[in-house]
Amino acid sequence: MLHATLKSLLAHKLRMVMSTFAIVLGVAFVSGSFVFTDTMNSSFTEIFRQTAPDVTVRPAHAQAASAGGFTGADTRLIPASLVTTLATRPGVAQVGGVVSDQGTLVVGKNGKVISSGGGAPGIAQNYDSGPAADGSPIVTITSGTAPAGPGQLLMDGKTAATAGYVLGDTVHLVTSGATPSITATLVGTVRFGQSGNLVGATLVLMDTPTAQRLYLGGADAFNAVAVTGDGSLTNSQLRDEVTAALPAGLEAVDDQQIANENQTAIAESLTFISTFLLVFAAVSLVVGSFLILNTFSIVVAQRTKELALFRALGASRRQVTRSVMVEAFVVGLVGSTVGLLFGFGLALGLKALFGVIGIDLSQAGLVFQWRTVFVAYAVGVVITLLAAYLPARRAGTVPPIAAMQDDAALPESSIRFRTVGGGVLTAVGAALMVWALTLGGGLSLLGGGVLAVFVGVALLAPVIGRPIVTAIAAGFPRLFGTVGVLARENARRNPRRTAATASALMIGLALVTTMAVLGQSTKASVDEILRTDLSADYIVSNATPSPFSATIAPKVAAVPGVAAAVPFRLTVAGVDGKQSTVASFDAVAFSKVVALTVNSGSLNTGANGLLVTSTRADAAGWKVGDSVKIDMPTGSRTMPIAGILAPSRFLREDVVLPPAALATGGIPPADTLLFVNRAPGADTAAVTAGITKVLADLPTVTLQDQNAYAASNRASIDRLIAIIYALLGLAVIIAVLGIVNTLALSVLERTREVGLLRAVGMSRRQLRSMIRLESVAISVLGAVLGIGLGLIFGISLQRAMSGQGIEVLSVPTVQLLTFVVLAALVGVLAAVFPARRAARMDVLRAITTQ
Amino acid sequence: MSVSTLPVPAPTRPAVAAARTVDLHKVYGSGDTALAALDGVSVEFGHGQFTAIMGPSGSGKSTLLHCLAALDDATSGQVFIGEAELTTLGDKQLTLIRRDKIGFVFQAYNLVPTLTAMENITLPMDIAGRTPDAKWLKAVIGALGLADRLDHKPSQLSGGQQQRVACARALTSRPEIIFADEPTGNLDSVASAEVLAFLRRSVREFGQTVVMVTHDPAAAGYADRVLFLADGRIVDEMTDPTADRVLDKMKSFDTTTAHSGAVS
Repeated sequence: MLHATLKSLLAHKLRMVMSTFAIVLGVAFVSGSFVFTDTMNSSFTEIFRQTAPDVTVRPAHAQAASAGGFTGADTRLIPASLVTTLATRPGVAQVGGVVSDQGTLVVGKNGKVISSGGGAPGIAQNYDSGPAADGSPIVTITSGTAPAGPGQLLMDGKTAATAGYVLGDTVHLVTSGATPSITATLVGTVRFGQSGNLVGATLVLMDTPTAQRLYLGGADAFNAVAVTGDGSLTNSQLRDEVTAALPAGLEAVDDQQIANENQTAIAESLTFISTFLLVFAAVSLVVGSFLILNTFSIVVAQRTKELALFRALGASRRQVTRSVMVEAFVVGLVGSTVGLLFGFGLALGLKALFGVIGIDLSQAGLVFQWRTVFVAYAVGVVITLLAAYLPARRAGTVPPIAAMQDDAALPESSIRFRTVGGGVLTAVGAALMVWALTLGGGLSLLGGGVLAVFVGVALLAPVIGRPIVTAIAAGFPRLFGTVGVLARENARRNPRRTAATASALMIGLALVTTMAVLGQSTKASVDEILRTDLSADYIVSNATPSPFSATIAPKVAAVPGVAAAVPFRLTVAGVDGKQSTVASFDAVAFSKVVALTVNSGSLNTGANGLLVTSTRADAAGWKVGDSVKIDMPTGSRTMPIAGILAPSRFLREDVVLPPAALATGGIPPADTLLFVNRAPGADTAAVTAGITKVLADLPTVTLQDQNAYAASNRASIDRLIAIIYALLGLAVIIAVLGIVNTLALSVLERTREVGLLRAVGMSRRQLRSMIRLESVAISVLGAVLGIGLGLIFGISLQRAMSGQGIEVLSVPTVQLLTFVVLAALVGVLAAVFPARRAARMDVLRAITTQ
Repeated sequence: MSVSTLPVPAPTRPAVAAARTVDLHKVYGSGDTALAALDGVSVEFGHGQFTAIMGPSGSGKSTLLHCLAALDDATSGQVFIGEAELTTLGDKQLTLIRRDKIGFVFQAYNLVPTLTAMENITLPMDIAGRTPDAKWLKAVIGALGLADRLDHKPSQLSGGQQQRVACARALTSRPEIIFADEPTGNLDSVASAEVLAFLRRSVREFGQTVVMVTHDPAAAGYADRVLFLADGRIVDEMTDPTADRVLDKMKSFDTTTAHSGAVS
């Protein structure tokens, strides 16, 4: 029996290839996501293992404050005297003070910043020859000499090569610190850790006094202290020994703690990527399961006679069902294997992509764990088996007598269960959506409703699809005569199959439409917000995700014709015990460039007053004058609420701290944005030229007027949507393959009928257009259902997210109409192969075939 | 090949007939459109006998065969294969009866196109999960002259060869009874003669029981006994028939029915 099953499978390779494709894509996304995140994890872990000293002393809770990643630094310093103190502790072999900055970028010979855009840090440190916990040097000089005196520096070899610098060249650096632009001579190159892998970060090293002068304002102090043991103590014992000698406000951590902290941070930052990929894996698997269900239904229908023969020869129902399941198992196995290979390809592609945006993983080999293989096979095989189960069970119900009948048809199970089930699901889903939108239940409730409606409509598709197909094909008879009538009837005669085929396209298009509506609404909302709430003439921003030097604002303000230059900062602080992103600006000045509405209190915060939004104030029960606990690197303090702001569409943060509080809180001064207003009557060209001159030395800092700023905002939304479209496009391709598959098999099934039509005089051309029209009817049905659902989902999501930056609803009508036209085109394309096949059929054989 | 060299299975010969029906009725449709395909058929098929069922189109001969072969269920009455009463059995037991007691030869051969001749022959054993008796298999293949065609796919075989493969398939599992539904319907006279000769030989030499539906008097001439069906009833019977006698009977039968039809 197994033998006969496998033979039959081999004989029908082509149709299996198409359904396997869906599994391949799904599994590729799953395994690609695993392989890639494992690779990222392992290369970062490796780096930290090779570069963390035995014990690190740092200001207490430094990690917590920098977890948000805005500046990653802490202005609190460790006095140089601690180095001497620690050197005398038992078990200590070597102590080194560390001066470190994460925002020093290297400008290449061509004037472009190395590794911009990806968020990999530009690290600057004092040159310290101390070893890592594994005993190997953290940095090794590979050419040249150690830096001595101001104006000399080392650079990691890869960055030097990329930037085009050789020893003796004058190197240009830009920083977010007090000295925004630095020039120095390259005296040597280094290797970082053992592998030299900086995952896209850049590294420059200078001698300690120079680093202290540039980054610590000349203080004889350090950001951290690295302690190396003499081997008599374990690292955790050494940590305890060091801790005993520390003054208040400092803490000691061993290499394992550093590794754990970093691992958590990396895992969090990778969650986004893996979630993204897994969502698309889910989409292609769901779409794919429709395709598999359909393929197997048709294969079973086609093999009815053969299956009946098996039954007549003594095969039990279960044997027949099992034979179909074995087929599905093999298909799942093959699909998973190929998908796994594609997954590695995908991971390689992602690696390359990350290289382009500045996170260089080229030195990391792909990490491939058994877990990945296991999950890939489990997902691929289980989905295929699930999708094939219904057709397989139906195969078991083929009566043996069908072996002797000419027109054997599978018994159709009742459509009533589907109708009732689908109707109930759709109603429940719709109720959930309405509830979430009117009474407020959050996105998860809405998402649940959307999912229920999705499945419900997919179940209902055979019922609601029929009238829609009738409507779509209404013009066929008039336009195409008999051919049109036949096409319409063919599309209507097996509503389940038509619906299942169209459902695959429906899912893809529903998601695409949802994204189109959301994307268009987001862009319209951004435009609206900028138009109404932003009154600044210019916006200065940084091309990299990091902030820029706070020294720029006063220089811009000094340009003749500039009326005001107001810096805006984002940073992380604890608000009422919870880590939050907070904004910081001079509220009075800021209100001149961005519309702010004060509900109560005033914008005069002084050096210690908070502004909070009414949303946050209402939630927490705060009033003007109440005190709120704020945690910053230097410690906790309570700050009074000076004013409560109406929710602003521009300002996303709920809490605003005065700039003076950040300075005393130990957060390094660096600006996220700078809003600039021209003086009335000032010459636009002259002011623009003046500001451009200030920024000339800083290639990443860009000046934009309102229009350019809005355009760049729109462009970044477009980029995101383009990526999502590309991935959803795969789902649509799977759906198209589904249509090809269904048509090809329907043609085969109707061999006799096709032969008859040809025998009574239908031309090949007419036959082809009949099949093409049927295909168009199916694909337009999918498009209509999908776009309809997508519109509902998109609009509901926009409504639900109107408090989060998508206030304006904008439906891209032209784009949606294009989708319908494209769907019709897809139908024509999908019909090419099946139509040709039908047309080529020999008339006589077609009518005599059994 | 002589009788003495054939590894004839020792046939068990219970007292009961290989197959029989008692007052078998089969009605298609209901109400006004109801059509009685079988109208009270009681008949026995003895062991080691080659029986042909004849009758004009619509006489119910195929329906009788399908009911006997556990392919179709009766409306009322009883069907027995050996001692098993099919009408009381569920799908699982019917499956086992089909698998272990019954062999089939179809008009359209019904070979699995993806399997070779050999694989088609052993398919019932394959389904049952049994290993075919190699000696017996060889004997059957030899008797059918298929030894050099075993690796061919059905599409590479002539109609006669395909039907011989189907005969071999029916015989390898040594069923109690073989049902053949118009086995020569798609064959020319030479190929028909080969297949029929083999069916007769399987009865004479191997002790097989064969029930064959046909409308061809020449085919019926190979049988030990011919049953004549008309309008769902057995109207006549003939033992040791020849093609000519069957033809004469059919002619007289035609005039009788025509006459009776005119009277009623």
